[in-house]
Amino acid sequence: MNNAAENTAASMSVARTPSTTTERERPRLGLLRATFGIIAKDFLLEWRGRARINATIFFAVLTLLLFSFAVGPHHAILEQNAPGYLWLAIMLASVMSLGESQRVEAENAALEGLRLLALDPRAIYLGKSIVNMLFLMALALVLVPVSIALYGTTIRAGMGPLFSPLLLGTAAISAPGTLYAAIAVQARARDVLLPLLLFPILIPGLLAAVKATSLVLTGDPMGELVSWTMLLGAFNVVYWILCGLLFGRVIEE
Amino acid sequence: MRRVLDFGLPAMAFGLLIIGGVVGLAIAPPERDMGDVYRIIYVHVPAALGALIAYTTTLVASLVYLFKSSWAADAIAESSAEVGVVLNGMLLITGSIWGRPTWGVWWTWDPRLTTAAIMFFAFVGYLALRRFVDAPEKRATWASVVAIIVYVDIPIVWFSVRWWNSLHQLQSSPNTIPDPMMKLALRLNAFALLFFFLWFTRQRYRIARTRQRVELMEPPALAPAMGGTP
Repeated sequence: MNNAAENTAASMSVARTPSTTTERERPRLGLLRATFGIIAKDFLLEWRGRARINATIFFAVLTLLLFSFAVGPHHAILEQNAPGYLWLAIMLASVMSLGESQRVEAENAALEGLRLLALDPRAIYLGKSIVNMLFLMALALVLVPVSIALYGTTIRAGMGPLFSPLLLGTAAISAPGTLYAAIAVQARARDVLLPLLLFPILIPGLLAAVKATSLVLTGDPMGELVSWTMLLGAFNVVYWILCGLLFGRVIEE
Repeated sequence: MRRVLDFGLPAMAFGLLIIGGVVGLAIAPPERDMGDVYRIIYVHVPAALGALIAYTTTLVASLVYLFKSSWAADAIAESSAEVGVVLNGMLLITGSIWGRPTWGVWWTWDPRLTTAAIMFFAFVGYLALRRFVDAPEKRATWASVVAIIVYVDIPIVWFSVRWWNSLHQLQSSPNTIPDPMMKLALRLNAFALLFFFLWFTRQRYRIARTRQRVELMEPPALAPAMGGTP
């Protein structure tokens, strides 16, 4: 009798422990540390395979090459449209890169493991989208010299000013892209779904990135660069915050 | 109430559309610069209003689903998005038909046109997502998330296209409507399409609810087994 009562008490306390909020919060890492953990994990994973970055870079360079075949060997047209081609190549390649970044989580239920660690979903989102952004940024830095070679582009304002549209533009792709890839990877026909969802809402980001890049390349007599950079910045602020908040609902079981 | 709506919504929709059509096509005078061509406005503008109302309904229903997990809200979001895409398509087609004789082009990169086109594709993507996900809870949650992201994009698209196009010559829109008959026809048709929106959404909502009931129903073989385990 006494034994049974003790048992019940013990089982009750066991049952109660995980439901109190303090106990549930404790194993959580801080947002920043968890984010860095995710970033380190993704980089390690990529370093061991190196398949994603290689495939993405070759795909994007091939796209740049295809644009010049489609337009023909008209140097003036190619040079004028170079920023547009550059961003289209990045955008098309981003679908591969984003999809791959979520596929590794869907495989072997790796995301399940991340959820069991009681990580803040915002940390998973931030970590993954920062890695995606850095990947696309690396891709952009490879594509710029290639497009200079292919299209005869000259950079009038220098490499330094080019950095900010590239960084903000790739950030603008990864913010909604990471969230949409997490959805698409779990759906049927994921390869069709991701671009179908992502491209329409990216249009303002694409517009601003192309405009800003082209102003850096061809010169900015009217001083428009600031307003385009601000638009790109605003797009980033809106989507990094919104997608960070919504990501938890997307990966929940 | 149910029977009133069943009969009332289509009756109001068709009634207003017929009266609006008569006023718009026969009674309202031709426009000073465009002649009779302008009369497409009586379909075009109401379609734009209807699409905007439909998308806003989807946004609100999606927010309600995310906070309350209400299946009815999910069904409303789906239904109104579908009707919104139809109205949006109508908007783009009538806009093109109108643009050709007045502006001389089928298409122009005007902020309103471009935003409408981008919204069309964004919500087609939303509907595609709903088709590609089988699990009802996931479909509802993800669709709500996507609806919010897409809706937030509308003002950003509008501003970006306006700036992007600012160096080109902006197409001037026709002057505001001066004649009272023109105003009346426009209002009648706007309400007609509003009733069409309500009617279609209601019919589509019923289909969505029936589907949900089938999807969420427990498989009969599993029910006793699940009840048996404590």
